[in-house]
Amino acid sequence: MTRPFVCALTFLTGLLLWSGSASAFCGFYVGKADTKLFNKASEVVIARHDDKTVITMANDFKGDVKEFALIVPVPTVLEKEQVHVGETAVLKHLADYSAPRLVEYFDENPCRRYMLMEEKTDALKSMPQSAISRERGRALGVTVEAQYQVGEYDILILSAKESAGLETWLTENGYRIPIGASSVLHSYLKQNLKFFVAKVNLGEQAKLGLTHLRPLQIAFESPRFMLPIRLGTVNADGPQELFIYFLTKQGRVETTNYRTVRLPEAQEIPLYVKDRFGDFYRDLFTQQVKRENERGVFVEYAWDMNWCDPCAANPLSVDELRSLGVFWQDSIGRGNKGMGLAQNVFLTRLHVRYDAAHFPEDLIFQETSDRANFQARYILRHPWTGPDDCAAATAYRQQLRERYEREAQTLATLTGWNIGEIRKAMNLGVRPVNDQKKWYERLWSD
Amino acid sequence: MNYDLLFARLTAQFRSFDPRLYQIVSLGTLLIYGLLWLHFDVSIPQIALTFGATLLTQYACTRLYKLPVFDPLSAVVSALGLCIFLRTNEVLIVALAAVIAIASKFVIRWKKKHVFNPTNVALIIVIVSGLGWISPGQWGQVAWLGFLIACMGSLVVTRAARADVTLAFLGFYVGLLIARALWLGDPLTIPLHQIESGTLLIFSFFMITDPKTTPNSRSGRIAFAFLVALTALSVQFVLFRPNGPLWGLLICSPLVPLVDRMSPGLRYDWSRPSDGRMAPRLEVSLTS
Repeated sequence: MTRPFVCALTFLTGLLLWSGSASAFCGFYVGKADTKLFNKASEVVIARHDDKTVITMANDFKGDVKEFALIVPVPTVLEKEQVHVGETAVLKHLADYSAPRLVEYFDENPCRRYMLMEEKTDALKSMPQSAISRERGRALGVTVEAQYQVGEYDILILSAKESAGLETWLTENGYRIPIGASSVLHSYLKQNLKFFVAKVNLGEQAKLGLTHLRPLQIAFESPRFMLPIRLGTVNADGPQELFIYFLTKQGRVETTNYRTVRLPEAQEIPLYVKDRFGDFYRDLFTQQVKRENERGVFVEYAWDMNWCDPCAANPLSVDELRSLGVFWQDSIGRGNKGMGLAQNVFLTRLHVRYDAAHFPEDLIFQETSDRANFQARYILRHPWTGPDDCAAATAYRQQLRERYEREAQTLATLTGWNIGEIRKAMNLGVRPVNDQKKWYERLWSD
Repeated sequence: MNYDLLFARLTAQFRSFDPRLYQIVSLGTLLIYGLLWLHFDVSIPQIALTFGATLLTQYACTRLYKLPVFDPLSAVVSALGLCIFLRTNEVLIVALAAVIAIASKFVIRWKKKHVFNPTNVALIIVIVSGLGWISPGQWGQVAWLGFLIACMGSLVVTRAARADVTLAFLGFYVGLLIARALWLGDPLTIPLHQIESGTLLIFSFFMITDPKTTPNSRSGRIAFAFLVALTALSVQFVLFRPNGPLWGLLICSPLVPLVDRMSPGLRYDWSRPSDGRMAPRLEVSLTS
């Protein structure tokens, strides 16, 4: 018999480069093929206001669902009504809406005036036993606080007196616990946390006709504003990616026990990156992680849910936000039949690459009153290639070479790519700027 | 040339400096480091406005309360503290914070001492009202930076004769964090990570040390440091709220008059820095 593997927020997921079609709302995408960007990534949505919290945990678990199990420390015992199964599509919409993006501008004819067009590329992704021996549980000091079925999942809420008993109980009941998890379980138990354990009910899954695992949602009220990542780092093979989306009323969310950093944005990069945006963004992120000594938490998006500019996807509707746990939007949703745009919802998207060595402590957050908008946006500027000739056009063509060189250097700095190869890809000479005449040569050239 | 005499003169000159000058240099360096290397979200107009508002309020209050001289140094220290900690979308909020900070020194008083650290009270008021925020994680965990802060800060507190309150606070705070980790069975990397906070070090070396708002006697100051550490950790691990040390200092500051009564000592005077003993030594400056 195969035993389910306890994932603890460490689903093996692929992060895909999403390709979309034209959208009338505010521009269009440049299509991209399915490209795996980040491995071992998981996605969590946290909607929170006044200590009331809804967490949506998505995963793109690829293995046999019999193998799937999830264990998450939670601050309270959750009743059946506090657990819900969400829709993968909404989460994907949220991910698309907030993804790092590529914008295209077109240079004007320097002999005339400006023409501008915007195009944007979406960078990222979509991720997204019944026979319990109560007697045995009591002997081990483990209490099954609640047990029920929600959608295709079997849910258990466990509390325990000590971690050894909990570990034995989980093992005896068919859960495979990573080696070394015991001390982490012990710490969570002492902090008075309960354990939310979910497994797939195969019969129910077949009945519902589902082929993928839908995101699990839990709702609770607690002053703790944190995400337990320690269980996920136990016995992990290399660093893991985590995307956290916060839906809040007041403003941007940041970590209080790690440095929260904005990614470099609004940088002009060479045109050929258009076809390699996935590679570009992945390498840029890795470079930034290194710059912060692998201890940074990165802001990819922070925006008022009312709008976007440019939009990688339309803002989420009130109904979609409600399904993700935005409970403070009631009246507006009813009034607009759920189709209106949300007010008072601020989205923060954080991206963390973590391992036990650099992230020893769980992530602790605070909601700030910062409503400044931020997006990871990168710019392609198309040169004007018209045949017109005038003094301005000559000057423009000269400046272009400097601009290309600048873009090459920006790209090299951002991604760590080899500057020589970048210049080659851009068809630039090795020393394009310096082949101009010296200033004193120009001075007396006439 | 008599080197002994030269050394004595230099030492005397060093001692006659107002310790707040060192404080200003240290905090100024940290602010510049934050701006240039860590890209703090503080604009130059915001810094200018903070300084302008603190100095103007200090001047206005000096006239209003008929103080003999206008003393800008404390106001500059408060302004630097606000620039380092306070973040806001609306630049005018920093002026409000500056006014609150300085005015609190003149308005909230008990027995000729102000009760709250001016920067501390202004920060908490602005955060609670939702007008601004503090990013406790803004310094990151780069170890050498913490070390640098500690060194520079220790210079300040030695001159300000309040090293005892810093050491006592850090001792209790770190000790309690380690005790918590041991109780939970956590690896010591966790308390180490919690201590590796630039914000904690700046608080310990530059904010809690303010001689005007700490008890007058050494035993009083150590008791005070313990109370602040305990409150700070309770805010973090019982109430699960950020900025524990700031809340700890704010909540414990009103207890200072009580501590002073139970354990009396001599009041601190910026113009006559003492070494923190119960009876200050009289220092004669050789240069004047």
